[in-house]
Amino acid sequence: MELNQLTIKQAQKGLKDKEFSSLELVKSCLARIKKVDKKVKAFITVCEKEAIEQATLIDTTIQRYNDIERLFINFPLLGLPIAIKDNFCTKGIKTTAASKVLENFVPSYDATVVRKLKGRGAIILGKTNMDAWAHGSSTETSDFFTTLNPWDLQRLPGGSSGGSAAAVASEMTIGAVGSETAGSIRQPAAWCGVVGFKPTYGGISRYGLIAMCSSTDCPGSLTKTVEDTEILWKVLEGKDKFDATSTRHTRHDTRDTKFKIGVPKEYFLKEMEKEVKERVWEAIKVLGKLGFNIKQVSLLDPRYSIAVYTIIQRSEVSSNLARYDGVRYGNKRDCFGNEAERRIMLGTYTLSAGYYEAYYQKAQKVRSLICQDFGEVFKKVDLLVAPTSPSVALSVGATKESAMFGELQDVLMEASSLAGLPAINIPCGFTKVGLPVGMQLIGPQFSEELLLSVGKKYEEKTQWYKRKPKL
Amino acid sequence: MGKMDKKQVLHIAKLAQLKLNLSEVEKFSSQLSETLDYVGILGELDKKVRNLPPTAQATNLKNVFREDKVKPSLSQEEVLANASATYKGYFKTKAIFE
Repeated sequence: MELNQLTIKQAQKGLKDKEFSSLELVKSCLARIKKVDKKVKAFITVCEKEAIEQATLIDTTIQRYNDIERLFINFPLLGLPIAIKDNFCTKGIKTTAASKVLENFVPSYDATVVRKLKGRGAIILGKTNMDAWAHGSSTETSDFFTTLNPWDLQRLPGGSSGGSAAAVASEMTIGAVGSETAGSIRQPAAWCGVVGFKPTYGGISRYGLIAMCSSTDCPGSLTKTVEDTEILWKVLEGKDKFDATSTRHTRHDTRDTKFKIGVPKEYFLKEMEKEVKERVWEAIKVLGKLGFNIKQVSLLDPRYSIAVYTIIQRSEVSSNLARYDGVRYGNKRDCFGNEAERRIMLGTYTLSAGYYEAYYQKAQKVRSLICQDFGEVFKKVDLLVAPTSPSVALSVGATKESAMFGELQDVLMEASSLAGLPAINIPCGFTKVGLPVGMQLIGPQFSEELLLSVGKKYEEKTQWYKRKPKL
Repeated sequence: MGKMDKKQVLHIAKLAQLKLNLSEVEKFSSQLSETLDYVGILGELDKKVRNLPPTAQATNLKNVFREDKVKPSLSQEEVLANASATYKGYFKTKAIFE
């Protein structure tokens, strides 16, 4: 086994036991990038020089330190290479949001997520590709290039955090950070066969994350296992004085198996691929065998959330992207790609005089209905389980000329995002041709601990993460 | 409701400070109309939501303030580092008044 194949947990142990050095680990990831990223195209920037320097420095510290146990308690990510989606500001490292507007933008400060990772010893391996401004579910709207799915290079990785998902799936990095507004972590995780976690809104600070839809934007992680997700979550969570919407968490208990897991029947869409349905039902049976009480429940038709999300997202986009004037940073507004222009246009319309009540305010009211709907269902069950995406990875070109590709793709994730709920995609098997299928667990606000504990039990039982793409 | 003609597209583009060419105006007019048509399904819920308050943010935080105290921030040099043009430590822009 090569070092780049390790999970965060395994790499942590190896470094602690001095089985290998951080430099060897970093070099192994860099070698893998050199070998396969020509095909996958997950990275916009690879921080080779900086990562090697940092690893060398960390190795000296590890060598000199007497109390290794304590060192790794204080710095749980010490010496671990992590890939960062290119919409998180990294001081001194180009941050583009995959848009030509920011193609030469070098931030003067680190996003809180980046500061926390570095503060706990992590090494920034590189910046990953995405849909420009995170507008999309494919990486096809990246202004630079399209990332490809490591399981089948003719297919898309999903998005917008498609670069991070593909980098983890193809073992170019030990773990990665992404961001989700309504599916941008869970969907690429499902299509690439990795774990993708989006906490409660405000669970992780948005400071330094290039703003898209501020009322649902949420940083999160893409990892090989649920166990790794938990390690990153513990580092990244918490209130941040630079983000007024970040919140401190109240913990839920993790009673063993007496939990009820709801299966919302509306989430098994008629047009959904048969094999996706089959794999998710098999996963639900496994959860039942693990002792969880499975119960069918009913939720609002997810089609309404597509409409609500479209209006709210476009509106907030038009406001957030208004700041790009080419004066203080970035290029002029004529560098926006078509997708960004289309979204700015619709949002400007839905917020404009005469249309505000008909669109924006109505969407906000239905958003209240969606929140109530989840509130009711979580009186009956502790968690929900459903497919993450209606299909497995689609072919390159699938998004072209579809004005709402992303929204339709993300139909099963928009409602939970609008309600600010935590959710996790976990691989739950493969189709006959060998493409990964993902299921999602959704919980009430601040139920991260419960989500992760159920996820870990399922993962331990099924171990889908052991299967790797051949590249 | 649900239609955005070319005149409206041009008006919105002006509000959003976007320059569109003719084929883009054409394309956006049909694509944005299509999107507005789709979101029209919310009309089906009118009765249900009539008395609901709008939700702007889901975690219900209110009035998150900090002390009104000056704290260390980025240096002027750092703030100007990405500017396209500067003048004596300021951002330089085109004149907006005659």
